[in-house]
Amino acid sequence: MADLLDIRNLRIEATSYPPGEKPRDGVLVDDVSVSVAKGKVLGLIGESGAGKSTIGLSAMAYGRGGVRLTGGEILLNGRNIRGLGAAGLRALRGREVTYVAQSAAAAFNPAKRLLEQVIETSLSHGIMGRDEAEKRAVMLFGKLGLPNPETFGNRYPHQVSGGQLQRAMTAMALCPKPDLVIFDEPTTALDVTTQIDVLAAIKEAIRDTGVAALYITHDLAVVAQVADDILVLRHGKKVEYGPVGQIINAPQEAYTQALVSVRSIDHEEKAEAPPVLSVQNVTARYRGTNFDVLKNVTVDLPAGQTLAVVGESGSGKSTLARAITGLLPVSQGRITFAGRELGRELKDRSRDDLRELQMIYQMADVAMNPRQTVGTIIGRPLEFYFGLGGEEKRRRVQDLLDQIEMGKGFADRYPAELSGGQKQRVCIARALAAKPKLIICDEVTSALDPLVADGILKLLLNLQAQEGVAYLFITHDLATVRAIADRIAVMYRGQVVRYGGKTDVLTPPFDDYTDLLLSSVPEMELGWLEDVLARRRMESAGN
Amino acid sequence: MHPVLKLVAQRLALGLLLLFAVSLLIFLGTEALPGDVAQAILGQSATPEALANMREAMGLNQPAHVRYFQWLGGILTGDFGTALTNGQDIGQAIGQRLGNTLFLAGCAAAISVPLAILLGLVAARYQGRWPDKVISGVTLSTISLPEFVAAYFVIFLLTQVFPIFQPVAMVFPGMGFWDRLHAVALPVIVLVLVVLAHMMRMTRAAILNVMQSAYIETAELKGLSPMQVIWRHALPNAVAPIVSVVVLNLAYLVVGVVVVEVVFGYNALGQYLVDHVAKRDLPVVQAVGLIFAAVYIGLNILADVIAIVANPRLRHPK
Repeated sequence: MADLLDIRNLRIEATSYPPGEKPRDGVLVDDVSVSVAKGKVLGLIGESGAGKSTIGLSAMAYGRGGVRLTGGEILLNGRNIRGLGAAGLRALRGREVTYVAQSAAAAFNPAKRLLEQVIETSLSHGIMGRDEAEKRAVMLFGKLGLPNPETFGNRYPHQVSGGQLQRAMTAMALCPKPDLVIFDEPTTALDVTTQIDVLAAIKEAIRDTGVAALYITHDLAVVAQVADDILVLRHGKKVEYGPVGQIINAPQEAYTQALVSVRSIDHEEKAEAPPVLSVQNVTARYRGTNFDVLKNVTVDLPAGQTLAVVGESGSGKSTLARAITGLLPVSQGRITFAGRELGRELKDRSRDDLRELQMIYQMADVAMNPRQTVGTIIGRPLEFYFGLGGEEKRRRVQDLLDQIEMGKGFADRYPAELSGGQKQRVCIARALAAKPKLIICDEVTSALDPLVADGILKLLLNLQAQEGVAYLFITHDLATVRAIADRIAVMYRGQVVRYGGKTDVLTPPFDDYTDLLLSSVPEMELGWLEDVLARRRMESAGN
Repeated sequence: MHPVLKLVAQRLALGLLLLFAVSLLIFLGTEALPGDVAQAILGQSATPEALANMREAMGLNQPAHVRYFQWLGGILTGDFGTALTNGQDIGQAIGQRLGNTLFLAGCAAAISVPLAILLGLVAARYQGRWPDKVISGVTLSTISLPEFVAAYFVIFLLTQVFPIFQPVAMVFPGMGFWDRLHAVALPVIVLVLVVLAHMMRMTRAAILNVMQSAYIETAELKGLSPMQVIWRHALPNAVAPIVSVVVLNLAYLVVGVVVVEVVFGYNALGQYLVDHVAKRDLPVVQAVGLIFAAVYIGLNILADVIAIVANPRLRHPK
């Protein structure tokens, strides 16, 4: 039997417009061949820029921006869709192939009710009547575990949570009974505790409807749970292609092996030491609200060590950082830093308080002025805090660039000329320039590819060993926590539910929330998802 | 209370407050002019006794705040006072002309608003291609033309070259609806040409802005046609900026069309105001000024309310 989707020697090009230079053509995907049989799931995996989304969208003959399909064949149900005209493509999109975007929150029209959007394709393609489509949508809402399936569709996108939106988007993709669904990082934006449920719902829906799927992700552990075959991509080229068991358990290529064994860092918990930062019974709320986003939080961070603050979005971990930096005045409690009590508000703090407490952010590119060179960016704190200038400043900037393992030429470059990992390194150097005692790292590796993130974490550990700086490391990623933390605070709904040395916190017996959190982190083994869900069902049956 | 009702009530209250402030400003502005009404009536050569008698009779001797509240109280009860130049009741004179003004503005709006939005959608659909360029070029040239030039051009074309309409837009009480419509055709055409470009360009810009959103890609990947994507998915999210520009143009149609009125000899509020400014008839100027301010503020409140109601986050809170 012929395959449902058969991509042969696909080549995709795009014209890019780098600032100040002539437009140039680049090859995004080069000579990739892959096929998907009816009812099967193909995982596309690789880091950002590997071409995985571009290949995914090519199954709908769609190119974002200036992306062009320039070579090869895309056979869908036996016909080459590269040759189709606009009307032919419209007939195909939404009927034979549908799409689930990474950010369902952005991919739903905010001005329309969910049900209208979910059944729109079924109606506009004349696949079924309104009554039948609405019935099917309600059935899918139920199958995907959405609350009150009968009335769920009457809501607007802003009225439901991110995890629910992602499921609604899956329902939208399945409603017109397509042959193939493209899932483009559908769980990447979700918390681990939400991701596991959405993943299970998607897997079940795929199985029950018999639809084929392309599952795009950068997380090999996730795709191992849903895919039959996996295609590993790098720089638009095939690295390795085979059944999931072979890729996970016996990878042939060095790059795949690196992906499978990522998080190679082994970090020993340091011994107790006197705290550089001490947060005592801190409670805080945002102005104009009467809800405490931090409730009675108490944690200590020993000098030269790393305290990881973990929790899902909305747990208050970034708010804790805002309270410590003084951006959000605390309503109760005290914060002691380097032996002195910090003022509640930013304006109550001395310049030394500000200097010794630096921050690094998740989005490195928006944390830098795009019109300043790397040298200016790193030099600014040197000027501001130490009054350095001229040759002295230039030499210090170069020292800092060496420390973050970036070469000579970088001082004259602009942020737009750097990769994501390099931008984050520049932000680290800028924080380091102030000679801080504490750096607050807010999800600094979350937007980076695993191998790049790994490099950043190693750099942070090296700098800690050299400079003795302490980190307050905010993250939702437990693998990162294992890699670098000395102490861990688990936050849930504004409270610290578990706190202590790394080994203690990660050793059972757990409280319910930490157990849920830890067991939700996907592991690089086949059948992990089923095992976890089966164990949870047994436990809840036992209670 | 529902948050939308609360916001709308807030806007209305703010609008009233603003109108009150404007009335004060109009009163103080006319008060600050040299001379007063008595002086204006009696002229430069009036004797001091005559002036004093006149002021006594008109109550001008009373302190300014008393006169302000008398004036405001009169307006609130529908009494705009009498014109100095001809002793007519201002309220009556305004009432008839306001009707004419609104008729002209209404006709122009009924054509220009849907047309501008339609053209804007088409221009956005064919962005950078010839329909976009033709629409943008034509509307830009009509807006660059001063109104009176456009007016004389239209008169020349439609009364001389193609003698379809009368060059003078004469209306009088008791005229039938269709006759009236025929009479105002030329000024309506001119006004449509003048206001079309703003609204069309804003519609185009707002739609193109929304077209960058991720949900537009979703709609395209659903296999909808480009016009379906714009109409169903882009337009509902572009309502607020479009409405705000539409309303500014509606306000212009009511309060800014005096040149067009004069060219066509159309007897409406703008011409009435200009006549009485020339004659220093302050009570008329004050009254018409206040009405224009009320129209402006009212229409802008309307735009705010539509923007609020069009926002699903406000209409359906969590």
